[in-house]
Amino acid sequence: MRLSTTPAVLVLEDGRTFRGSSYGAVGETLGEAVFVTAMSGYQETLTDPSYHRQIVIQTAPHIGNTGITDDDDESGKIWVAGYVVRDASRISSNWRSIGDLSTRLEESGIVGISDVDTRALTLHLREAGAMRMGIFSGPAAEADDKELLAKVQASPRMAGAKLAEQVSITQPQLIPAVGEKKFSVAALDLGIKSMTPQRLSERGIDVHLLPATTNFAEIQALGVDGVFFSNGPGDPATADAQVDLLREVLGAKIPFFGICFGNQLLGRALGFGTYKLPFGHRGINVPVMDRTTDKVEITSQNHGFAVDAPLDGETQAPHDESFGRVAVSHVCLNDDVVEGLQCLDLPAFSVQFHPEAAAGPHDSSYLFDRFIDLMSASQVAQA
Amino acid sequence: MPLRQDLSSVLVIGSGPIVIGQACEFDYSGTQACRVLRDEGLRVILINSNPATIMTDPDVADATYVEPIDPDIIESIIDKERPDAILPTLGGQTALNAAIALHDAGILEKYGVELIGADVDAIQRGEDRQKFKTIVEECGAESAKSVICHTIDEALAGAEELNYPVVVRPSFTMGGLGSGMAYDENDLRRIAGAGLGDSITHEVLLEESILGWKEYELELMRDHKDNVVVICSIENVDPVGVHTGDSITVAPSLTLTDREYQKMRDIGIDVIRAVGVATGGCNIQYAVDPATGRIVVIEMNPRVSRSSALASKATGFPIAKMAAKLAVGYSLDEIPNDITKVTPASFEPTLDYVVVKIPRFTFEKFPAADPTLTTTMKSVGEVMSLGRNFTTALQKAMRSMEQRDASFSWSDLPDISDEDVRESVLESISHATADRIHSVQRGLAAGLSNAEVFEACEIDPWFLDQIELINEVAEFISSAEELDAQVLQVAKNHGFSDEQIASLRSMDTGVVTGVRHALRIRPVFKTVDTCAGEFAAHTPYHYSSYDEETEVAPREKPAVIILGSGPNRIGQGIEFDYSCVHATMAISEAGFETIMVNCNPETVSTDYDTADRLYFEPLTFEDVMEVYHAEVAAGPVLGVVCTLGGQTPLGLADKLKAAGVPVLGTQPEAIDLAEDRGEFGAVLDRAGLTAPKHGTAVTYAEAETIAEEIGYPVLVRPSYVLGGRGMQIVYDRTQLVDYMATATEISIDRPVLVDRFLEDAIEIDVDALYDGTDIFIGGIMEHIEEAGIHSGDSACVLPSLTLGEDVLDRVRSATAAIAEGTNVRGLLNIQFAITADVLHVIEANPRASRTVPFVSKATSTQLAKAAALIAVGRTIADMRGDMLPETGDGSRLSLDHPIAVKEAVLPFRRFRTVEGKVVDSILGPEMRSTGEVMGIDHDFPTAFAKGLLGASIKLPTSGTVFVSVADRDKRAMVLPVKELVDMGFDVVATTGTAAVLSRYGIKTTQVHKHFEADAEDRTILDYLAAGTIDMVINVPSGRQERADGYEIRASATAHSVPLITTLAEFAAAVTSLEVVRDKTFKVRSLQDWNA
Repeated sequence: MRLSTTPAVLVLEDGRTFRGSSYGAVGETLGEAVFVTAMSGYQETLTDPSYHRQIVIQTAPHIGNTGITDDDDESGKIWVAGYVVRDASRISSNWRSIGDLSTRLEESGIVGISDVDTRALTLHLREAGAMRMGIFSGPAAEADDKELLAKVQASPRMAGAKLAEQVSITQPQLIPAVGEKKFSVAALDLGIKSMTPQRLSERGIDVHLLPATTNFAEIQALGVDGVFFSNGPGDPATADAQVDLLREVLGAKIPFFGICFGNQLLGRALGFGTYKLPFGHRGINVPVMDRTTDKVEITSQNHGFAVDAPLDGETQAPHDESFGRVAVSHVCLNDDVVEGLQCLDLPAFSVQFHPEAAAGPHDSSYLFDRFIDLMSASQVAQA
Repeated sequence: MPLRQDLSSVLVIGSGPIVIGQACEFDYSGTQACRVLRDEGLRVILINSNPATIMTDPDVADATYVEPIDPDIIESIIDKERPDAILPTLGGQTALNAAIALHDAGILEKYGVELIGADVDAIQRGEDRQKFKTIVEECGAESAKSVICHTIDEALAGAEELNYPVVVRPSFTMGGLGSGMAYDENDLRRIAGAGLGDSITHEVLLEESILGWKEYELELMRDHKDNVVVICSIENVDPVGVHTGDSITVAPSLTLTDREYQKMRDIGIDVIRAVGVATGGCNIQYAVDPATGRIVVIEMNPRVSRSSALASKATGFPIAKMAAKLAVGYSLDEIPNDITKVTPASFEPTLDYVVVKIPRFTFEKFPAADPTLTTTMKSVGEVMSLGRNFTTALQKAMRSMEQRDASFSWSDLPDISDEDVRESVLESISHATADRIHSVQRGLAAGLSNAEVFEACEIDPWFLDQIELINEVAEFISSAEELDAQVLQVAKNHGFSDEQIASLRSMDTGVVTGVRHALRIRPVFKTVDTCAGEFAAHTPYHYSSYDEETEVAPREKPAVIILGSGPNRIGQGIEFDYSCVHATMAISEAGFETIMVNCNPETVSTDYDTADRLYFEPLTFEDVMEVYHAEVAAGPVLGVVCTLGGQTPLGLADKLKAAGVPVLGTQPEAIDLAEDRGEFGAVLDRAGLTAPKHGTAVTYAEAETIAEEIGYPVLVRPSYVLGGRGMQIVYDRTQLVDYMATATEISIDRPVLVDRFLEDAIEIDVDALYDGTDIFIGGIMEHIEEAGIHSGDSACVLPSLTLGEDVLDRVRSATAAIAEGTNVRGLLNIQFAITADVLHVIEANPRASRTVPFVSKATSTQLAKAAALIAVGRTIADMRGDMLPETGDGSRLSLDHPIAVKEAVLPFRRFRTVEGKVVDSILGPEMRSTGEVMGIDHDFPTAFAKGLLGASIKLPTSGTVFVSVADRDKRAMVLPVKELVDMGFDVVATTGTAAVLSRYGIKTTQVHKHFEADAEDRTILDYLAAGTIDMVINVPSGRQERADGYEIRASATAHSVPLITTLAEFAAAVTSLEVVRDKTFKVRSLQDWNA
C-alpha cells in the first residue's frame, strides 16, 4: 500500500502536539486553530475568505471524497492557512468532479496534515479555547518540538487582527441582476463569498461589489437602493473605517443588510461591543431562533467573534440616539449568542450566520427577501 | 407550546410480532414513546400482541393489552379505556394500517378519539403512491415515471409505456413486500399478480427502472410550529435495486457534495410539509443518477421506521422519543438534546465517525428460496458498527455478523488471468446477493480494476476504493518483514481483527494479540455525542477506535458488563434482548453500574438510556476483551454476564474466563456439562433420567452405524447450534445419505448428533432458575404441535393443558436434578418429550431461553431479572416476596390462572423460489419463525384463537375448508372434521381423505390434487386461486417426500388463506373456531390479569 512517507506534526500554542502525515503542500504554516463540524462542503469552506489566517480542522471523518468541482468555490482561491483532516480521500468520485483535493491543496501551497486524532484535537480546543497552531511537515518537522512551539507562540493572534482589507477586491465589480433589474445594491467586500452576490442578483439586484476601503461618497455616487456588508476575517474591533462608513449609511437611512462580519459592524455602528467567543461557531447545523416568527432555522455559521447586545426587549442604540431602537432578532439556541440585529427605527438589519449557505442549509434564504422588502418599503416611503 | 392540556390518556399501538421488515426496532421506538408519555403525566394504554417486547412490560404502560392488533379488538380497548388520542406512528406499518382501518370503520369518530402524530390524510398522502407522486411534483422535485395499476391488463399496458425493466410496488405494504423487478411480461404477470393481492387497496405501481442509481435516505422530523430538521442522511452502498433494508448502508452520506446534499434536504423539507406529517418523524428515499446527479424521490414513510431506529443509534438523536414529545404538544426547541443537555433538539446531528449497517440473512433456512436481493426485503436482522473511518466501520460490522466467513479474507483468490474465472467473478459481482461484498473484495484483490467492478455492480467508486485500501493494507500486513508497531497500527486503523492479522501472517491469534498488547497498541473509546465534539456529552455511548485519546470516564461503583445477543436472526431474536435489558434494570437497581456491549441497532439494549454505559461493539472475544480492559482501567468490574443474550455471549464465556475475566452466574464448566453430549448424558444417568438414544458421529459411516443401532427415525443435526439450524428428521438410510451429502459437513471439529426421534410425543418446555440451593420453576409449557416441530415454531400453552399432576411432578424433579447436576446459576431451559408415559430429556440450555419473556408475562414473574440478581449474588430464598412470589412457582398455577398461548409467526410468504413460487410452509425441526405473539384469556380455545389472530391467521367463521391428511393421521382427523361440518362448514377433501370421511358419514366435496386431475377437472389449486377456500388443512406424512402437498400449501400461503399443517393445531383450531363464531373477544390488560 501507499504509506505516506512524509511525517507531519501539529503544534498548539499550549504545547500539545499531534503527529500525522503530510497532506497537501509540504512545509510549515501558522494560524488560529478552528474546528468546523460540517459533514459536507469542504471546497466551500476552503475557499471562504473568512478563514484567512485560520487553520481549519475538519471533524468530518472523510475529506476529499467528491474531489473539486468547477462550481463550488466561494472565492478565487483557497484561503485557509492550513488544513487538518483525519482521513484524506485517495480518489475523487462525483459526476461534477474535475480534480482531486490533495492536488489542489498542493498546488495552492496549503500545508495540511492528515491521520491525526481530530476528535481529541477538537475536544482540546473546546475545553482550552481558541488558540494558535502550527503545522510542520517535511524538513520543517525535523526541528525539535520546543523550537516549533516557539514559532507558534511567536505568531500573531486573531484578536486585534485587521484582515478585511487583505482579502477584499481592490477594484469595484458589477454583478448584474439576473432577469429584470429591480434594485441596485452596494456590497462592501470584506471577504465576501461568491454565493452572496449570486443570491442577490438572482433576485433582480445589480450588485456593485466594492473594496473594503470604499468611502460614503463613492457609495452615494452609485445611487444604490441598499447597502450590504459581507462576511470576512479578523477582529471586528479593528474595522473602524467600515464602522464609520456604516454610521453614515444609517444616518442617510439607506436600507442596510449585513452578514457575519457585517453583523458585527452593524453592532459596533449602533454602539455595541464585540467579543471573542471561546472557540467560535463553525458548522452548518446551528439552530437559530428568528424571534420575529418564533421559528427555528438551521444555519450555516462561521464566526469567532460576536456582538454584545442585550438579548431581550428593545434597546436604544448606544452610539447615537438618532439611530433609534434596536432588537436582537436572532439568537443561537445552543448558547444564546446574538445571531441577528434589527433596527426598529431605521431600515437596517443583519445576521451573524450565513443565509447564503454554501456550504449549508437554505433555511435562511428568506433574509434576502427581507432585504428586498426593506428596499421596497424604503422606496415607497420616499415616493 | 408545551404539553397539551387537553390530553390525559393516549393509546399507543405497537407493531405486533417480529416479521421481516418490521423487527424489534419498533419495540425500541414504542418503549421510548410510552416512557415519554408517562413521564409527561399521561395515562398510557398500549396494545401489542408480542410478549417478547420491553414495551409490554406491565410497568411501561398504565394498561397493557397483549392482544391481537385487530380493529375489532382495538375498538374493544377504546370502548373500555376511552383514550383521548391514539399514537399510531411508532408501531410501524402495522400500527399505521390499524389506524387507517379504525378511521375507515368510523371507530375514531364514534369514540371521539384523535390521531396524534399523523392524520389519516397525511398517511394517505405519504403512502398512496399516486398522491405522493403528485406532491413530489408540486414540490418541484421529480419522481420516477410511473403508472398506477389495479389489474394485470393495466399493468401490461403500463409496462409497454415505460419500457422493461419496470419496478412493481404494491401500495400499503411494508418491507417492500410483494415488490420486485419485472424484466419481461412473464415477470410482470407474476409479480404484479402477487402484489395486487398483498396490497390492502389492490393497487400496484409500475415505475421506470432506476436500477444502479445511487440510493439515499433522509430522516426528518417536524414539529407543530413547522420546524423541520434532518436527523441523519443514510447512503446505500448497494445501488438502487436492493431494498434499503437489505443493503449495506452508511451514515453520513459520503459521496455527495454539499450542493447535492442540500438539494435533497430542500426536497425532503418541502415534501414533509406538503404531505402534512403534523409532528414526528418521517423517512424519505431518493435515487441519484451517478452520471448526471438527477435526483428522484422514491418514497416516504410518514412514521418512525426501521431506518429511524438506525438513524437514532447512528447519531445519538432519539427520534422516537422526540416524536412522542412532539405529538403531545412540544416543539423541537422546547426539548433539550438528550446527550448534551444544554443545547436544544432543534438542530441537525453531525458525525465525526462513520456508521455501517449490514443486513443479516438466513437463506440457509429456506434452501428453495432465491437468494437474489431485490426490492422485497428478505433480511431478518442487522448489525451496525461505528468507526472513525469507513474501512474500520465496515470491517467491524462484518465481524459483528457472527457468521463464519463474514469477514474479508485473502486466501485462495480467484485467478482472473483465466478468462472463464474472470467472467464468473464479474458475474457474481453483478448479481446482488448477501455475499456480493465478498465477491467485490476478492475480485479487486485478484486484480480487477475499480472501473471494471463499478461497471459490474455500480457500487460507487469511492466505496470500491476503500475496499481496495483494505486489500492493500492486507497485503502490507502479510508482506511486512515483522509484525511491528507500524504494521499493527495501520492494520488496526483500518479495522483488521487480530484474527485476520493472524491469518494473513499464518500466526496464532493469541500471539498477535500478545504482540499488540506488548507494543501497547490498544483501542481508545470515543463518544457518540450528536455534535462532533462541539459540546460535552453526558451519555457514555462509546465505540472503539485506534486513535490517541480515550473518553471513558473513571468510575467508583463496581460495574457489571452485560453481553447482548448481536444481530437478530431466526432462532435468536428480540427475546434475548429482552432478557439482557431486564438484567440491566435489575443489576442497576441492585446498586451496580451496568455496561452493555452489543452491535444490534434495532434493540432496546442499545438505547443509551438502558445501561449506564453502552459500548456499540462487535461481540467477538477480542472486542469484548478490549471493552473489559478499558472498564477495568476506569474502575472496579464485578464481572461479565454471558447467559442472557443467547448463544452469542454464551459461546464467549469459556474464553473470557480463561483470560481471567470473572464470569458471573452460570460458569463455563456448567455450560459444558449441559452442552457436551457425553457429559450431559452422565448428568442424566446420575439423576436416573432418560434421553432419547443418541450418538455423536464424526464420519458418515459412524452416523450410519449409530442410526442403525438406535433405530430410525432419527433426528440429525450439527452440534452446538441454535434454532435447530440444519436439523432434520431422517426416516431411513437413503434420507441419511442425502442429508449427509447436502445438508451438513461432518468432521472431527464438526460432529453430527444423531438422536432417536420420538414420534407422536408431547413436547414440554421448562424455564427454571437455580441458585445452587433452591430451584424455582418459571413455567411448564405444553407444546401444541408434537415433538419434532422446533419449539420455536410450535405453539405452546402455559399453564399446561393436559399434563397430569404425576407428569408435572416428574418434570419438576427432573428439572431440579438437571439444575443440580449441571450446577447452573441462573436460568435453565429444558425440553422434555413424553411418549408412552416415559419422560425423555431432549436437551438443556444453561441460559435464558426464547420463552423467558413469554413465561414472565404469562405468570407475571420477572425471570430474567431474578437470573441477573442470582448472577450478582442473591438467592431465590431472599428474592421471595420481592422479585419472586412468596410461595409456589410457575409450575403450580391455580385453575383460574389465565391461559396464555404462544403462537409462532412464519415468514414463508417473503421467500420465493427462482420460479417465483413461495417456498414450502411445512414445519419441521429447523426453526423458521421470525417472531411470536401471545394470546391470553380465561380458557384455551379463546387464548389460542387470539394467538392465531395475533399471528394474522384469521379463522373463518363459515365457508369451505379443504382437508387433506396423511394416512397415519386419518383416524385423528375425523372428530375435528365432524365438528367443522356440525358448525356448518363445507368440507372439500382429496380422494383418500374424502373416502375415510365418507365412511364416517361425513359428506365432503371431493377434489383432485393437481397432478391427479384430467384436463377438464378443477383441482384444489383452481379452488384456491378462485378464492372459494377459506381454510386449508394439509397434514403431510412425515415419512414421504412432502412435495405432493407443496403446491397446495404454496398456493394457500400466496393467497393468504389460513393454512394448518399439523393435526394437533387443527384440533386446537377447531375448538377455537367455536369460540370465534359465538362471541366477540373480551380484552383485559396485563395489569388487570395480575391484580
